[in-house]
Amino acid sequence: MKIDIQQHNLVPKHEVISESEKELLQQNSDFDINNLPKIKIDDPVVKELAKSSEISAGDVLKITRDSKTAGEFISYRIVIEG
Amino acid sequence: MKEFIKKIERINFGLMSPEDIRKMSVVRVETPDTYDSDGYPIENGLMDPRLGVLDPSLRCHTCGVRGGDCQGHFGSIELARPVLHVGFGDIIHKILRSTCNDCGRVLLPEDVLDDYREKLADAIDHRDNLEDILKKIQSDAKKVEINESKQNDIVDKIMDDIYPEENDTYDHIERRDILINILNQLYAEAYMQRDETEEKAQFKYIDPKQLCPHCRKNQSLEDIEASYETLEMKHNAEIDEIENSIRENIESDYTKKIEKIDKKIDELNSAEGEVDTEAIEKLEDERAKLVEDQELKSERKFDTEFKRRIRDYIKESHVQAYIQEAIVLDKPVTIHQGDYKLTASEIRERLENITDEDIYILGINPEVARPEWLVLTVLPVPPVTVRPSITLDTGERSEDDLTHKLVDILRINQRLVENMEAGAPQLIVEDLWDLLQYHVTTYFDNEASGVPPSKHRSGRPLKTLTQRLKGKEGRFRSNLSGKRVNFSARTVISPDPNISINEVGVPEMIAKEVTVPAYVNDWNIDEIRTYVENGPNVHPGANYMITESGSRRKINEDTKEFILENLKPGDIVERHLKDGDMVLFNRQPSLHRMSMMAHEVRVLPYKTFRLNLCVCPPYNADFDGDEMNMHVFQTDESRAEAKSLMRVQEHILSPRFGGPIIGAIHDHISGAYLLTRKSMTFPEEQALQIVRKSHLPIPEYDGEKWLLKKSESDEDIAIEREIAKKTKNVRGTKADKETYLNTLDLSDDEKAKRLKANKWDDEEKEIIKSIAHKRIADEITAKYATDSDDGIDESIIEKFEGDRWTGKELFSLLLPNDLNLTYKAEICTKCGQCDRILREAPDPSVVDYEHLCPIDAYVVIENGILKHGVIDEKAYGSMSGQILDKIVKEYGPGRAKEFLDRSTDLAICGIMVTGITTSLNDEEIPEEAQARINEHLQKSEEKVDRLIDAYNEGILDALPGRSLEETLEMRIMQVLGEARDKSGEIAEDYLTMEHNHSVVMARTGARASMLNLTQITSCVGQQAVRGGRIHRGYIERTLPHFKRNELGAKAKGFVHSSYKSGLDPIEFFFHAMGGREGLVDTAIRTAQSGYMQRRLVNALQDLQVKPSGLVTDNQSNVVQRIFGDDGVDPAKSDFGIAANLDKLIEEIKLEEKSDVSQVGK
Repeated sequence: MKIDIQQHNLVPKHEVISESEKELLQQNSDFDINNLPKIKIDDPVVKELAKSSEISAGDVLKITRDSKTAGEFISYRIVIEG
Repeated sequence: MKEFIKKIERINFGLMSPEDIRKMSVVRVETPDTYDSDGYPIENGLMDPRLGVLDPSLRCHTCGVRGGDCQGHFGSIELARPVLHVGFGDIIHKILRSTCNDCGRVLLPEDVLDDYREKLADAIDHRDNLEDILKKIQSDAKKVEINESKQNDIVDKIMDDIYPEENDTYDHIERRDILINILNQLYAEAYMQRDETEEKAQFKYIDPKQLCPHCRKNQSLEDIEASYETLEMKHNAEIDEIENSIRENIESDYTKKIEKIDKKIDELNSAEGEVDTEAIEKLEDERAKLVEDQELKSERKFDTEFKRRIRDYIKESHVQAYIQEAIVLDKPVTIHQGDYKLTASEIRERLENITDEDIYILGINPEVARPEWLVLTVLPVPPVTVRPSITLDTGERSEDDLTHKLVDILRINQRLVENMEAGAPQLIVEDLWDLLQYHVTTYFDNEASGVPPSKHRSGRPLKTLTQRLKGKEGRFRSNLSGKRVNFSARTVISPDPNISINEVGVPEMIAKEVTVPAYVNDWNIDEIRTYVENGPNVHPGANYMITESGSRRKINEDTKEFILENLKPGDIVERHLKDGDMVLFNRQPSLHRMSMMAHEVRVLPYKTFRLNLCVCPPYNADFDGDEMNMHVFQTDESRAEAKSLMRVQEHILSPRFGGPIIGAIHDHISGAYLLTRKSMTFPEEQALQIVRKSHLPIPEYDGEKWLLKKSESDEDIAIEREIAKKTKNVRGTKADKETYLNTLDLSDDEKAKRLKANKWDDEEKEIIKSIAHKRIADEITAKYATDSDDGIDESIIEKFEGDRWTGKELFSLLLPNDLNLTYKAEICTKCGQCDRILREAPDPSVVDYEHLCPIDAYVVIENGILKHGVIDEKAYGSMSGQILDKIVKEYGPGRAKEFLDRSTDLAICGIMVTGITTSLNDEEIPEEAQARINEHLQKSEEKVDRLIDAYNEGILDALPGRSLEETLEMRIMQVLGEARDKSGEIAEDYLTMEHNHSVVMARTGARASMLNLTQITSCVGQQAVRGGRIHRGYIERTLPHFKRNELGAKAKGFVHSSYKSGLDPIEFFFHAMGGREGLVDTAIRTAQSGYMQRRLVNALQDLQVKPSGLVTDNQSNVVQRIFGDDGVDPAKSDFGIAANLDKLIEEIKLEEKSDVSQVGK
């Protein structure tokens, strides 16, 4: 049986952001996108995402987490070579 | 010495080459002796004056500078034979392991090396950690000892290379065996050439990794060919034999199969009845196919082909008649290859062979360190200043440990030279060489594993170089990261409720010792003069004077006159600490930022540091002998920074839980309770005394009544401020001068004349000034009077003569005028009455707050007046104070500090009026209560017995997921827990707050808890070890007083007695067991949490928060985009929550309610 790990309640929502969104993020941030926390390309979630869209190193994932204090918190991760 | 300021751009770490050491050396040390018989240092000895001098009366023979100022110069010792450096044993081993013994190349093919070079360059560009790559290189290039499974891998690989298309066929397996055989023989042959021990050579295969991929060409290829040829000749026959047997096997296989089919056909043909032609046809087809196959297989000449391929493979690729044996490090400095011990000279030769490009791959930068420098040929001798000799009182000279060690080295070195020159036998030379290695090793590190530490004559192990640097007491942790500091003081602490939380009481003795540098200028010169006049022994005095040129003079009776005469702006006077100075105050362990706070000095008599009790919680201090440290700031910058960031009032809110950590404790709380409880009223006179004593503003008296809480409206403050601002530098306008002249008896002419002359004497100037002041003040007051809607001042309490003042009214004087707040006090018993009434009330504004709570625990503060409820821990206690929390967050730390200081005073007044005392009588309960408790305990015990009976009879039902025994244990624990609670409840019924100060303290949260009290009065309860009832001790019982396997309450540590009635011996013993566990646990917890804290701090120390809320590490990697996901400062949050809506709604309701009642008036 195959389970889609993204459906698990402990796995936050991961999305790949488009090139233009990426640019927008860079423009609105005071950090270099390459300094974002990293996620390996062979991470189970990335593999799952790669089924529906192509993912390569340098892509940025948008992760939406539930937060006790902030309600919802959006963080980003940059995909790196395994 | 002239001082330079240089900026360090970068630091390179590298090794010193022997040339560097020689170049740096000023003396070639050769003589093991230090001083001659006259006490003069020997030339070329370890104390040669060219190495620097210790005595200030001597001059260094190298630089000519006096002893003390000359930092010394290095010398050197030429070692007769090279020795390994202990610190590098590991590195040397790794290098040797990864390089060819012959050609010195890294044992990796050129293309792989290029790959790694690229990877390294990449990593360096990205400033990545190289460690992983280097580790990989070293393990890849390692010479390995071969084991069975690795051998199989190798064979499989070769097979794969030769016959990639085939898999587990019969042929294949046979071929594999042939290959193993060939390789085996080949290896044995090769190995024997080198070692001539046939025995060892058997059953070993060749690992390509063991062969140098570089110097294969340099080796004689003929050798290999020759050996292969001989092998071929030897084993061709064998191979043929195997091949033949294979062929035979296959053929016979086919023959058997064909025979079988033939038989079947025959059977079918001879069968009775109708012949199954179809089946026969099928079998015949099969037979034909088998015959065909058989012919094909037997024709196939795979033998020669196979042999050719193996031969090619062996020639082309890896196999070489030369094996490099694994190199093993025998810690710390002995390196073996096989059974052979490599000498330092051999190691050095091999290291010399390695090219710069290759050593770079192994993680050494050849620009700063050649590998052969890891082996010492010349030893630097540190200057004498590094190893000073001490002259004892007896006149005897005692040398430093390092000097002793150097003497040892020199001695052995000399003997080694002599023996070598004399042509001594190899054995003796080698022994001396080993000895030299030992001394050099222990000179560097006397705690190296596997080396016996070198001892002093007295038997004490010597402290050599590593020991000087390493560990907690080493140079780094003890002298560089942290060091002893000046301008600091330490003494016992004691409480003083009369000083502010911002202050610290400093004993005069300390104030006169630690100083503040005061920079003399035109404005303070007179003040500083008085300090100098006072001198070092009278309190606000001074100890030193530093002139602009930097010379430092001690102030005393003799120098005082001179200094006073010459004191001028620009000088610095180190004056005593005086009231108002900022100092840093600290108590270890410094676990959080509140462990170091800035206080204002209050110089006080006696010898202890005094601190306000409210600051005990952040420091976790008490006064059972605690000591604290004080540091005096020496620059204005540090003072200013500390004042704005580290002042006590800035730390009232803790970032740990978003509430006040600085707040009332102990008597401060019970005092406020006693003052504000309902029954507390004072006659006017006493009330005013309390007000005065608490330094509160005196209420206004308008002739018939006292007006409390009016003097401090925001408007008044604003007016006052504006007046002060506008009149600051006023000198009076022309109109003011006219007004003044009008008061004089002068003619108009004269007035005009004087006005024009505009000349006034000092007295007149003052008068004009006051006239101007009055005019401006009137103007501003008038302006505000018209502006303000002359509404009622909301926060008024009126008291006519003879009225009694309540404690609540007095406490209200502390509160800001627009403070609105409700909460339930600490004493609240959670009876739910208030909530019920409020819920059922049709209109919240008509609720009878007066009778909302039977014990006055529902606190209502309206417009700064404490209308209902008592003040206790929940109001302004440390960690939970609601009023305090609101004041800090909404009125700022300054106001909060004032609130705390004044409330301390007020609470003390309260406690002094009522008095507070406690005795054993407070834990007294009537006999009837005792009877009820006993009865209850009895019942519980019976219940336990019934459970045990049920268990024994087997009718006890197990709880889900528990065994029967566990169930019983849990049920019993539950029953006994309830028994204790219930007995406590019974006792509590008789322990009321009215006249019992113990209960007051427990209920208000000042100290102790109701549990403590009920344990004293009614029942101590179950004692636990490891979370369960006590079960250990004797075999199957806790004490010999019980039956084996007894499960009753008493037998397992239930204490029926109270502390007051006293425990029986058995109970006492169980109590001691439980108590011991508590103590052990706390001891372990502190150790564990200390280490945890250390690791956490190390992990987080470089994180920084950017103004945008971005959290990054020191390499600007993003850790969090917004700190804590929400960007909320935990200290300013409402006990961890960004906004507490329920609380806000309550407050708005209150505000509205008071507005409504205003309108109604």
